[in-house]
Amino acid sequence: MGSILRKVALPIFLIGVAAIMGIAWAPALLCGTVDSMRDDLGTWYKWDLRGERPTLTVGNIRQYLEGSIEGQFAPAAHVRFGHSTAVAFAYVLWPLQFRITRDVLAVVGVVGFVSLFAMFAIWWERKVAARMQSRLGPMRVGGWHGWAQSLADGLKLLQKEDIFIEGADRPLFRMAAYVAFVPALGLFIALPFSAAWIARDLDVGLIFIFAMFGVGVLGVLIAGWASNNKWSMFGAMREACQMISYEIPLGFALLVPIMTVGTLRLTTIGDLQSGGFQTWLAFRNPFLLAAALLFFIAALASCKRAPFDLPEAESELVAGFHTEYSGFRWALFFFAEYAEMFAAGALAAILFFGAWHSPLPAAWGESWRHGPLWQQALHGVVFSGPLWLIGKGIFFVYVQMWLRWTLPRIRLDQVMYACVQVMLPLAMLVLLANTFWEWLVPSRSVLGMAANAVCTAVGAVAVLAIIGISIYGFVNRRRLVGTLVVKHLPGA
Amino acid sequence: MSDTDIHSQREAPPGTAPAAARELRTEEMLVNMGPQHPSTHGVLRLMLRTDGELILEAIPHIGYLHRCAEKIGENVTPVQFVPMTDRLDYLTGMNNNHGFSLAVEKLCGLEVPERGHYIRVIMCELNRIASHLVSFGCYGMDIGAFTPFLYGFREREYILDLFEATCGARLTYNYLTIGGASLDLPEGFVERLAWFLDYFEPKIDEYNNLLSFNYIFIKRTANVGVISAADALAYGLTGPCLRGSGVKWDLRRCVPYEIYDRFEFDIPVGVPGGNAGIPPEVVVGDSWSRYYVRMLEMKQSVRILRQCLKQLAGGEFRAKVPRTLKLPAGEVYLEVEGVRGQLGFLVVGENKPIPRRVKIRGPSFCNLCIVPHVCRQVLLADVPAIVGSIDVVMGEVDR
Repeated sequence: MGSILRKVALPIFLIGVAAIMGIAWAPALLCGTVDSMRDDLGTWYKWDLRGERPTLTVGNIRQYLEGSIEGQFAPAAHVRFGHSTAVAFAYVLWPLQFRITRDVLAVVGVVGFVSLFAMFAIWWERKVAARMQSRLGPMRVGGWHGWAQSLADGLKLLQKEDIFIEGADRPLFRMAAYVAFVPALGLFIALPFSAAWIARDLDVGLIFIFAMFGVGVLGVLIAGWASNNKWSMFGAMREACQMISYEIPLGFALLVPIMTVGTLRLTTIGDLQSGGFQTWLAFRNPFLLAAALLFFIAALASCKRAPFDLPEAESELVAGFHTEYSGFRWALFFFAEYAEMFAAGALAAILFFGAWHSPLPAAWGESWRHGPLWQQALHGVVFSGPLWLIGKGIFFVYVQMWLRWTLPRIRLDQVMYACVQVMLPLAMLVLLANTFWEWLVPSRSVLGMAANAVCTAVGAVAVLAIIGISIYGFVNRRRLVGTLVVKHLPGA
Repeated sequence: MSDTDIHSQREAPPGTAPAAARELRTEEMLVNMGPQHPSTHGVLRLMLRTDGELILEAIPHIGYLHRCAEKIGENVTPVQFVPMTDRLDYLTGMNNNHGFSLAVEKLCGLEVPERGHYIRVIMCELNRIASHLVSFGCYGMDIGAFTPFLYGFREREYILDLFEATCGARLTYNYLTIGGASLDLPEGFVERLAWFLDYFEPKIDEYNNLLSFNYIFIKRTANVGVISAADALAYGLTGPCLRGSGVKWDLRRCVPYEIYDRFEFDIPVGVPGGNAGIPPEVVVGDSWSRYYVRMLEMKQSVRILRQCLKQLAGGEFRAKVPRTLKLPAGEVYLEVEGVRGQLGFLVVGENKPIPRRVKIRGPSFCNLCIVPHVCRQVLLADVPAIVGSIDVVMGEVDR
């Protein structure tokens, strides 16, 4: 039985990946490509028409070819290069180089952001954990609070031997780390950092990201299967049943804001929340607030973070699915985990907590945009989309870390119970209730505005409490960590 | 393994399961948990027979840390053997020194001076707190909470500082020895200890808030690995494991040795859920009760220590012990209430400085015996919860 599975595992896996990618990607890419082509053409057209420079611009060539303008310059190109070359240049090569440049920039940006963020988050998690545990965490590498610790760890991991244990399924073993890492990277393609800072503004961006989350599970499953280790296998099986179960309440929780805004395009969802703190979707009505909580918990489980970190439960499964991994392959799993953590936080921000908008209404900043330089600069800081989105993402990552270093781990049967018996009915109920709310209660009515005000107050208190406790802990850190540690603090 | 065997282990008669479920039946798997595993507390090796996540059987294999402690005891003088007892249960060196010294003193008929008695009680109770702190922290770790571990170690550090000031060592002390203690308490010890007790007592409530009464923690440990009082007695459990099952048995109170009859303290036992702040999910004898008995014992140790500081006498700290102490012919078996249970030493003398036989009853060894009995039909995640609540130290199991 085992040997047959071993032989068919690769084809089954490849077909599975192809099917999932086909289902998830094809429509997404198609919509995105067509859209962006139309947008591109429109932009260049306008740009080229604006100036009256007598130069060889694409727009001019194009218009000449289409017979809409007469010019002295265009026939020159026509004569010099020939008609077909001009056509190829104007309609294929010139747009293509724009798109290639843009895509290369996007890929470099995404890879760079994910790598940098993962390194930062690993260092930061160690510091957060240390502060919560009366320790100092990394203090040596790089000088200030060991900021270069992740860098040093990464270099160390690069140098380590790439170990394959005996009996491991080598191709699958190699592949698993990539299958876990690539989707975690890929979902950033459709994740908007602001209305403009997005690699591909897909019509179905949310579904694309959701699908990428789903593909990531395959990597863990393959890793557990290919490792030839019973602990890894346990971890993989746990991951499988946990992920598959929690995607359902996660999906239901996502449907709630989708139903309210009526679109799957993340940039549109974000721009609907530009009117300040009280217009953020989570504070629109109580059910959206509940959906935000459900989404956050289900996302915790999907990112296998504590208290749902069963697939890598150290005290039970040694290291779970990555027990047999070493060196950079092991690091890839971690990169994927932190990337997914950020993506979950950013998604929560986009869907529920005002996306890339500051808590102040965006309209307040409109006049600054055209004011003197200092006002423009202020606008760039206070209303900067990417800054706010990354900040919100980091805030949610921080809450995830906080939970991890406070709570014990749940048992497998309790995880499943919480999903099927608690979260799923609750998510369905919230979806249903939101349907009726949106149908019966207009947002301009007294009830709608009262609910909005109450939810805003609750949200403000929660956010302020979390930030306040953190600041209190930071300010009083010397007293809270105890005298023994203070002895070793720098400057003590 | 034949078909019927598996079904009998699952406690479901074959007829009751629908045919489809039996078709889907998976194979059993033998998994090695340890000797290198994060939650087996050293080098315990458990052979798990699993059906998916369900544990059908757990068989402990021991002996990875065997260091011939008893044989060494038959080749050196008692005074030379005291440092070896530190290495038995390396978290409770003082209690081990104490137990062995008491046995030898009983054999030789030595009288310990008054101050020596108090020093011994102070050290034993301090070490009890230190060991329970490690146990508390590690148990949190077994359940998946990392932070309590560091909290436990933070306070343990103060105790180790006290030990270091007293005898220079932080783990293997060789401090309590035949006839009393090897050195007097250092200057300022009493004040430092008094400060520590005031500092430490509120911390126990902090631990309880952080871990003991955490909802997830209760869900993970309450009603898991229940050991009935009858089973506990039958398997020879002692210490917090026995008391967690509701049996009020503590040698310090029931068979007083040393000067424990001079102090007022309670014996905490496992209480059924719903009483006096105990969560309703709790059953007497479950993992939570065993864990919580340790938390309560720390408070009792603080009580004993406070009384010790009040009563602490001056004078000699060690009896006059001859350079070459000849052990008279005869044998002595003496048990003390160690941190993990009753720690017994058998010393047989034959009119020579070197004993004829030294035998040690390690409480961890006896407590470990119940693992196969309890780890049956539980989930994989329950195994660390159960083994952690029994709290074995492999140095003492393998000796």
